[in-house]
Amino acid sequence: MEVQVKQIRKHFGPVKANDGITLSVPAGAIVGILGENGAGKSTLMKILSGFQPADSGEILLDGKAVTLRSPADAIRHGVGMLHQDPLDFPPMRVVDNLLIGAPGRLIPRRGDAAQAVADLAGPLGLTLDLKAEVGSLTVGERQQLELLRLLWLGARVLILDEPTTGISATQREQLFGTLRRLAEQGKTVLFVSHKLEEVQELCTRVAVLRQGRLIGEALPPFRVDKLVSMMFEREVTPGERLSCATGDTLFRLTDVSAEQGRIKLDPFSMDIHRGETIGLAGMEGSGQAVFLRSCAGLVATTGGRIQLEDVDLTGKNYHHFKKKGVAYVPAARLEEGLIPGLSITEHVLLTQHKPGFFIDRESGRKLAQQRIGDYNIKGTPASPVESLSGGNQQRTLLALVRPGAKVMLLEQPTRGLDIESVIYLWTKLKERCNDGGSIVFTSSDLDELLRYSDRILVFFAGKVSGPLDAKTTTVDQLGYLIGGRDISGTGIFDETDPVQEGGLDG
Amino acid sequence: MADLAARVRDHFTRERWINIGLQIGALVLALVLTTVILVAAGAPPLSAYWQIIKGAVGSVTGFSNVLVAWVPLLLAASGVLVTFAAGLWNIGVEGQIVFGAVLTTWVMRLMQDTAMSPALVIIIALIAGMVGGALWAALAGVLKTFGGVNEIFGGLGLNYVAAALTLWLIFGPWKRPGIGSMSGTEPFPDKLALPTIAGLRLSPWSLGLGILAVIIVYILLERTYFGLKLKATGASNRAAFLLGVPTWQYGLVAFLACGALAGLAGAVQVTAVYHRLIPSISSGYGYLGLMIGMLIAYRAAWVAPIALFFAALNIGSIQLPIVLKLDSTLSGVLQGALVLFVVLVEGARQRYLRRAGLKPGGA
Repeated sequence: MEVQVKQIRKHFGPVKANDGITLSVPAGAIVGILGENGAGKSTLMKILSGFQPADSGEILLDGKAVTLRSPADAIRHGVGMLHQDPLDFPPMRVVDNLLIGAPGRLIPRRGDAAQAVADLAGPLGLTLDLKAEVGSLTVGERQQLELLRLLWLGARVLILDEPTTGISATQREQLFGTLRRLAEQGKTVLFVSHKLEEVQELCTRVAVLRQGRLIGEALPPFRVDKLVSMMFEREVTPGERLSCATGDTLFRLTDVSAEQGRIKLDPFSMDIHRGETIGLAGMEGSGQAVFLRSCAGLVATTGGRIQLEDVDLTGKNYHHFKKKGVAYVPAARLEEGLIPGLSITEHVLLTQHKPGFFIDRESGRKLAQQRIGDYNIKGTPASPVESLSGGNQQRTLLALVRPGAKVMLLEQPTRGLDIESVIYLWTKLKERCNDGGSIVFTSSDLDELLRYSDRILVFFAGKVSGPLDAKTTTVDQLGYLIGGRDISGTGIFDETDPVQEGGLDG
Repeated sequence: MADLAARVRDHFTRERWINIGLQIGALVLALVLTTVILVAAGAPPLSAYWQIIKGAVGSVTGFSNVLVAWVPLLLAASGVLVTFAAGLWNIGVEGQIVFGAVLTTWVMRLMQDTAMSPALVIIIALIAGMVGGALWAALAGVLKTFGGVNEIFGGLGLNYVAAALTLWLIFGPWKRPGIGSMSGTEPFPDKLALPTIAGLRLSPWSLGLGILAVIIVYILLERTYFGLKLKATGASNRAAFLLGVPTWQYGLVAFLACGALAGLAGAVQVTAVYHRLIPSISSGYGYLGLMIGMLIAYRAAWVAPIALFFAALNIGSIQLPIVLKLDSTLSGVLQGALVLFVVLVEGARQRYLRRAGLKPGGA
């Protein structure tokens, strides 16, 4: 089926997630949709699959304009989406999962469904035990189930969101084979990925999004350098670099490995110095968040040692890490960082180092007032945190990190903030570095990583590249590594291990 | 600037008035629903309401009985408030009252024939009740924390266990000489009862305990770090944990505190009201306490008046079967409808505020 979108726009508040995207995909094509975090890929795919409506714009299927009101509506029109986390019901049997989304009869016909799906699966080279419980399947098998379900429901356009995360190399090959066969049948495949290797291997064309716009399209043979520059290119804003790094080791990781959900972090060693800022780069879900949380004691490490100065923190819990001076600031400000309903004063009281039994509201208010002044928070001590703007919430979070914290682990500290807030925040953070603290932060903004870090680690499918010296690294080099491309031989890895060719075994 | 400030002030007073109006609206709706039910049952609504009012405040005896019912409600509701603050639905409060009563009875049975001073026996019995309630709550808490059993299911299950245990004790090991009966265990001697005001069933001691409990819970929740951390845990478990609050430990402590208060309610029912263990020793005060908790959300200051109102409804409606041949559960209908409508109106208000964009973060 031919898919066309015309002038699709979708705004979330001031954020233009899709800013007039026009794209045309012929039947039988496998299109790679590329773009960095926040480029608008997910938004566009959600609009195409009926998850959310566009603010304006048109969707045409085989030349006919359609309105997709819901995912069920989209599948009636022949558009199905395979989500990164399969939308299935783990405690139920495979066959029942098939029937759930099917246009309903009062009494389900399991036999018919099983036969139809088996007929579909055979030619595609897929085998699926219909009586198994979904919970017992591997991620790859659940994907196959979802794929078959969508096909059975009549999908002629398949959207796949990062489908190779967490599946084995064999399953990946099988998936690619299936997709090629489907394309031969005239089905259209939209393949969202940030793994350049895979896009090169599988896709018959590529569309690159950046900041909500379609930047360009490409046909094979794809030139990786071209794709990377299309994905990441931007106006370079050179600013002065602030560095307070010393050579004195503060936080030492020795062969640390960890695992959370589908992400497995390979053993990694590093010495983080007093006053140093370490930036963690990588597409979302590449392992940087797991790394950060392992450093905070939130994710149990599966091997290795973590030491803060002379203290061995290995295997200790989060609150122990915190007590010893490791502070963690989560990305989700209102879900994980702050407590909706409580005021700034109450937050300050809550995080007081040695509270007594009774609360002294007046001194709490004074303390809050002082922090509000220190961090230039636009709000009053009595303001509930949910009434603050994003930037002020972030400042509040930072104001709550107690002054003695030695290592600050920040997850996406500047996400969604305006430039003024970003600069202010980093001024405050660098003050802490000046006092001998270290910072480890994740960001999807390459400029921010290059400007504020002393060293950068790049994550790809749980593997770590680097550390790279931020002074000598370029946006392009980061872009390559984020996309899982080897850049050894470009001269920046002379002193460290070569980067592994990533992604093949997920 | 002054103009803006005035406008902000105007806005807030308007919002406040709307809130008060909505609450009154909920009360009116509850009355309307109850009236409809009364009319459908063929009873005269106005005279039914009049009987309830007369029964509750029409005489000294009536009002003193309201206060007798007020005490366990105060204890249960203030306990529930502690768990509500921690974000827990301690529906097991009913069973905690019952098990508190069981332990009180057990201790008194052990000590009633010894030479110990009655005052000491009563004090130990009250403490035993608190321990009993706390133990029963700890079960629900441990199931929740370590077993992953939702406190609603765990609590509900334990309520049935506690009720069955009471029946078994009354008809089994603790049965009256001769034959066990629904009227309960053998009454304790008069000296082991909490002293009452002459001619009334009301004990000033139990009244004092109930009021003291409310005050303590109020101070705990509003004025201490413990209360603040509890509220933080309830409002956002994850964020509270990340900010350094040992969340599951606080949850367990909340269970224990609520259980102790509920157990004390059970102990008071045994030592001051029934002077023995009876099958329905809790009289449903646990569930009623939960309803009060829901009605007042987190506002500890409201426990006392709302509990008094509910107690008055309960006692007042006792007149109904006698005078109007109506069932006394009418008070339950009114209470239930009231909670339902208040919660409903609150939900509608929140929705309205979100839609109007008045409440940030809702967009």
